[in-house]
Amino acid sequence: MNDLFLTASSSPHIRSKEDVSVIMRDVIIALVPAFACAVYFFGINALILIIISVLSAVIAEALIQKITKKPITINDWSAAVTGLLLAFNLPPSAPWWIAVIGSVFAILLVKHAFGGIGQNFMNPALAARAFLLASWPTKMTAGFVWPRAAADAVSSSTPLGMLHAADATGTATAEASATLAAVELPSYMDLFLGNVAGVIGETSALALLIGFAYLLYRGVISWRIPAIFIGTVGAMTFVFGSGGLFTGDGIFHILSGGLMLGAIFMATDYSSSPVTPRGQIIFALGCGILTSVIRLWGGYPEGVSYSILLMNVAAPLIDKYTTPKIYGEVKANA
Amino acid sequence: MEIKHATFHGGIHPSYFKEFTSHKALKEASAPTQVILPMQQNIGAPCEPIVKKGDFVKLGQKIGEPKGFVSAPVHASVSGKVIAVEPRLHPNGQKVLSIVIESDGKDTIHEDIKPYNSLEGISPKEIVNLIRDAGIVGLGGATFPTQVKLSPPPEKKIDAVIINGAECEPFLTADHRVMVEKADEVVLGLKAILKALNVEKGYIGIEDNKPDAIEAIKKVLGDDNNITIYSLHTKYPQGAEKQLIHAITGREVPSGGLPMDAGAVVQNVGTIVAIANAIKTGMPLVERVVTITGSAIKEPQNLLVRLGVPFSEIIEQCGGFSQNPGKIIMGGPMMGITQFSTEIPVIKGTSGILVLNEEEANIPDPTPCIRCGKCVEVCPINLLPLYISAYSLNEQYEKAEAYHALDCIECGSCSYICPSRRPLVPSIRLAKREIVAQKRKG
Repeated sequence: MNDLFLTASSSPHIRSKEDVSVIMRDVIIALVPAFACAVYFFGINALILIIISVLSAVIAEALIQKITKKPITINDWSAAVTGLLLAFNLPPSAPWWIAVIGSVFAILLVKHAFGGIGQNFMNPALAARAFLLASWPTKMTAGFVWPRAAADAVSSSTPLGMLHAADATGTATAEASATLAAVELPSYMDLFLGNVAGVIGETSALALLIGFAYLLYRGVISWRIPAIFIGTVGAMTFVFGSGGLFTGDGIFHILSGGLMLGAIFMATDYSSSPVTPRGQIIFALGCGILTSVIRLWGGYPEGVSYSILLMNVAAPLIDKYTTPKIYGEVKANA
Repeated sequence: MEIKHATFHGGIHPSYFKEFTSHKALKEASAPTQVILPMQQNIGAPCEPIVKKGDFVKLGQKIGEPKGFVSAPVHASVSGKVIAVEPRLHPNGQKVLSIVIESDGKDTIHEDIKPYNSLEGISPKEIVNLIRDAGIVGLGGATFPTQVKLSPPPEKKIDAVIINGAECEPFLTADHRVMVEKADEVVLGLKAILKALNVEKGYIGIEDNKPDAIEAIKKVLGDDNNITIYSLHTKYPQGAEKQLIHAITGREVPSGGLPMDAGAVVQNVGTIVAIANAIKTGMPLVERVVTITGSAIKEPQNLLVRLGVPFSEIIEQCGGFSQNPGKIIMGGPMMGITQFSTEIPVIKGTSGILVLNEEEANIPDPTPCIRCGKCVEVCPINLLPLYISAYSLNEQYEKAEAYHALDCIECGSCSYICPSRRPLVPSIRLAKREIVAQKRKG
């Protein structure tokens, strides 16, 4: 027994089988229902944009790692997740090059310029979306179509856009309500299923909730950020209704726009959200309040992206001030 | 007698691999031809040899005299001739002064060894003394001298004696088999400690993956209302002292403090059975139960092994290696210590000999932290392992200390769960060492 080649190492000596690629693959699996809905409602162009976006993200990551002589980590699936989420944030009729530029921006500038996976201080897909929105505002806002529209359909407004326009035309509250009633807003059921205009991946609340359930089941994320984010928006938009206090349509706000996609898949981005339980609660409250403020009183119909990006920047500070109380912070028995 | 349920916050659910040995009855290992008894087998001060080369010693004879209060004597585990008193390789990786005895095969018992008739006949003070003289230390692996735990300063009021039968380390089944087969001794040992400390309430915590152990002890207890069995949720590290105390009493051991600061004394199952044996037979601690297991062991077993027997001999008795061993661990896979030789002796702290194959021994390459927060979720102390580790690797030890690095119990849950395979516990351990060194200097 003298010629043994033994490994000597520090404990523990066993490890869970779940590595980064398993987690990222789980995120992709959780996005499959929303992907299916996107292709069902918005057709072949959505599918093409998704494929282009994912491929651009993966290729951009491989290239930058090759150029900088770092290990190529595209098999951890994280670049694919970024590409997929970016595509989900594009209007269905956006041109193909928007997807390429967005993905490359997300991977190169937001992710790798700051040190790669785990180091980005903003959600790459959202930062890229903000960049695209600022650079090509018409391409990013005019491309909305209602699901399964005829080929010659013209661009249209999203449900939140309609609500915003209606709110803006009325000056007095009574007038606003009247205008609101005049606009044919989509039903809750259409919003829930996703049968409305919007960016590729955001419209179906049902599909996104299925993904949420899967992520919870697999332990990829906790309930805190999505539940508190969505709950805050629902409560605030209900309380501050256009017809006075407690007259708002919280359910409409929860089901429309990018809230579900943002709260479940973007605000929960590991790198750019707090790790402490209390920090996550504060972060989600902040996201919810900012989203509601932008939607209710801001110049944009939608505020999910910007509120998450703003809170992303605050995440390190939140972590710093929410260190949990440790076991043993008690007085000794004397 | 009642059974209660309890658990703690955090923790992990690894694969337990207990099926290798959990159903295998305790078996006495074959008599050794030679034993190597290191003079350091406990936390605290080492012993000084009181025999010399050429001396003849008997089984149970004291051969190492403790050199301090926090220490425990060492006894001969065979009768025979002392053939060497010299530094030998110890499971801690260093050479430690050891007494090597060649057995004469007779196991002649030393004349001082006499059974105490019953617990009623001995006073609390005598119980503490007999435990001290028997060289009993914490057999769960920490090897803290038991008599020290039983001699709290008068201002520390103890009102709970907890027996740790959680055995939450994967692979290990020594405590499990002891509870099933030696339930009488478990209860006798607990009663001895209750008497020694003049405490009324005793608790036995057992993970609920050992229903046969719970049943066996329940049967012995009958209608004794002073002792409560806690059926604990099977989760690692349920058997960590602080987590066990919290689960059972709801109290927390203060940061930097001892269990007695929370009014509790915790003893491992193996330890109290050693106490029971010392009362029943008078024999000091000269043997212990060891689980020999792992994928590279041909016939995994729970053996009753004399202290000082080399690992190689014990592994031979388990059929040897079934495949190339990659890692040999003393203890369990979560907190055990790797060995680089099999020519080291079984000591008081050897709860298991775990042999992993080459594939399992592979250390995965770490990738960057993705801040998933899983380490935060599982930490039973509520630490932020990712930050302590990052500061440690950056040599910012004061910041690591501000994040409570010194409170880490090194259970390994964070390293286990980390999807980026980061060396969390090793780096935190490094920070602890540096912080303590800095404090000594300053």
